[in-house]
Amino acid sequence: MSHQIVPLKTYVLVFACLIGLTLLTTGVAFIDLGPFNTVVALVIAFCKMLLVIFFFMHLRQSGGLVRIVLLAGFFWLALLIGLTTADYRTRSWTPAPDAWSTTAPPTHP
Amino acid sequence: MRTNTPAEGAGLAHQFEDLAQQHDADTLGIWVFLVTEIMFFGGVFVGYSILRWLYFAAFAAGSHLLDVRLGAINTVVLLGSSLTMALSVRSAQIGNRRALVLFLILTMILGGAFLGVKAYEYHQKFVEHIVPSLDWAPQGDILARLAPGGLDHAQLYFFFYFAMTGLHALHMIIGMGLLLWLVLRARKGNFTPQYFAPVEVVGLYWHFVDIVWIFLFPLLYLIGGRY
Repeated sequence: MSHQIVPLKTYVLVFACLIGLTLLTTGVAFIDLGPFNTVVALVIAFCKMLLVIFFFMHLRQSGGLVRIVLLAGFFWLALLIGLTTADYRTRSWTPAPDAWSTTAPPTHP
Repeated sequence: MRTNTPAEGAGLAHQFEDLAQQHDADTLGIWVFLVTEIMFFGGVFVGYSILRWLYFAAFAAGSHLLDVRLGAINTVVLLGSSLTMALSVRSAQIGNRRALVLFLILTMILGGAFLGVKAYEYHQKFVEHIVPSLDWAPQGDILARLAPGGLDHAQLYFFFYFAMTGLHALHMIIGMGLLLWLVLRARKGNFTPQYFAPVEVVGLYWHFVDIVWIFLFPLLYLIGGRY
């Protein structure tokens, strides 16, 4: 069996990139970009995740089966985020009728 | 016919043809587990995102009570532990037992440092009386900073803060236990360049916990900007 051994330099370089991105994301938080602060922070976090997954977790050398499992995981996570967000973001489009209001306790005969 | 010299066969379970097949099965298994972990943390992350969107002012005010420096330092510490973990796997691959034990212990030290800083941060929350349910009585300056966003919703932020960092810390404590087990096995010379799947598998778990923190740091510490 053959496990490709990643050169020491690659690991150190990836680590340096991760530290650089950490400093960048912390620094950017002190600059007012409006709503883009959150976007930039998440994009940087996503890049850091890719670095860890591909290099530290050896996805670069992993077979198709592992990649499919991981992609399926992210697909389901996207469903979870997408559908939940879509629900909350569209609730205001169709307000509940006043008759459905539950502020008054229901009266029982 | 498969020939099994003791050195080659060490660590091979009988249901597998050879160590390569066993290694593939082991790594696939941990990846499937990590996918369930993605969904587990995913639910908390989605809940956090929705409530952060609904009560942004309160969540930003709560976030601003956290110490960005400690958060950033802890991020660097944890990334460092991921590096030493990756180097542990590499040491196992090249059959350097001394380096393997050293890097595993270094990973534990860095993990312990992370938990130490985390414990200090938790302690600060008790000092400032901003622990939801247990000790929620913000006073003075802290009260003034939290009040505009609504105290109840600020408390909600800290619920998430403790739940998310607490779950993360629990994973790290479990990881530390696994690392200790690896150190003991590595010292006995259990691992060879052919058989190191346990190191690889614990490594994958450790890197996953690192990734969770990579998202927790900006989401908990950096929201609403610090300018």
